[in-house]
Amino acid sequence: MAGLKEIRTRISSVKSTRQITSAMKMVAAAKLKKNQDKITSLRPYANKLHDVLTAVRESMEEDFENVLMSSRKPQKVLIILVTSNRGLCGGFNANVIHKALDVAEEIYPRQWKTGNLSFFAIGKKGADFIRSNKFLLAGVETEVFDHLDFHSATQLANQFTEEFITGKYDRIDFIYNRFKNAVVQMITHEHFLPVHMEEKETGPAVDYIFEPQKDLLLETLIPDVLKVQFYKVLLDSFASEHGARMTAMHQATDNADDLIHELTLHYNKARQASITKEILDIVGGAEALR
Amino acid sequence: MHLEIVTPEKTVFSGEVTLVQLPGEKGSFEILHNHAPIISSLKAGTVKYITKEGITKNVEINGGVVESRSNNIVVLGEFI
Repeated sequence: MAGLKEIRTRISSVKSTRQITSAMKMVAAAKLKKNQDKITSLRPYANKLHDVLTAVRESMEEDFENVLMSSRKPQKVLIILVTSNRGLCGGFNANVIHKALDVAEEIYPRQWKTGNLSFFAIGKKGADFIRSNKFLLAGVETEVFDHLDFHSATQLANQFTEEFITGKYDRIDFIYNRFKNAVVQMITHEHFLPVHMEEKETGPAVDYIFEPQKDLLLETLIPDVLKVQFYKVLLDSFASEHGARMTAMHQATDNADDLIHELTLHYNKARQASITKEILDIVGGAEALR
Repeated sequence: MHLEIVTPEKTVFSGEVTLVQLPGEKGSFEILHNHAPIISSLKAGTVKYITKEGITKNVEINGGVVESRSNNIVVLGEFI
């Protein structure tokens, strides 16, 4: 059995680790809350925008064609891989990276083999992975999570929209952790461009006045939808990251608690044993003197 | 009539108003009670509205869309 002093040092080191993990858990919980509020406040805008878009499309005789909706043969594919900048969040990054490789191998095998599939990494962890495996890395963005707002999402969304229009990529997809709740993240593969419109429902359309014409209106609405989608993806991933970190740190804290309990037990046993031994020595000594 | 001004980050205003003036793509226009249903895109400018209490308020937007039907007006705005 280890010496008393060694056990004591271990207990104190586990205790300080426990303090760190439990503090990280608190921080993650606070950030998660803040981010969840952002998701909640985006919802009314997203819903309304969807309503307006539906209203415009319902009123149109034939369906609408737009460069952002043109589904070309996917020669060049870009996968936007959303990870985190920091670790210590359980399987958060590993899971999403695995999914990215699965998608590359199963959905885009041809482009993958011919080197026409590249990755854009949002978050440092994804970028590190792509780099160390020498896959095609189209770009890296690590600062967006420092001040995550609609404006920064807009800039990124515009950049990708531009690259789609110029034909640099024929298809742009997301792979990210969708936020379900603090404990559950759903790894999601989602199309960004070309825009996929759901089948329009033919309901009783309200007789709106459209200003300007419907097609021009749609042309301004579709980029807005893309921006909202992009912002939502970033928010979801960021919230998931904090959720994952919170869970991981919670587990680490629990483990530390168990360890401390076990070590304290050991310590007490060792202490008892040494006291018993001492008493035996004294008694033995006294016995010998008689 | 009910006005809501919503941005991706927050709901700026939600309440009863008597008049809304908007920077439409082809020029400024007003919406009063019982306006015909309209969807219009907006350019950068000022949204002016008069609340039920008669207070005039201004909100700057950087473009957006407005939808109005059966006295429910929703301004989807973007700020800089």
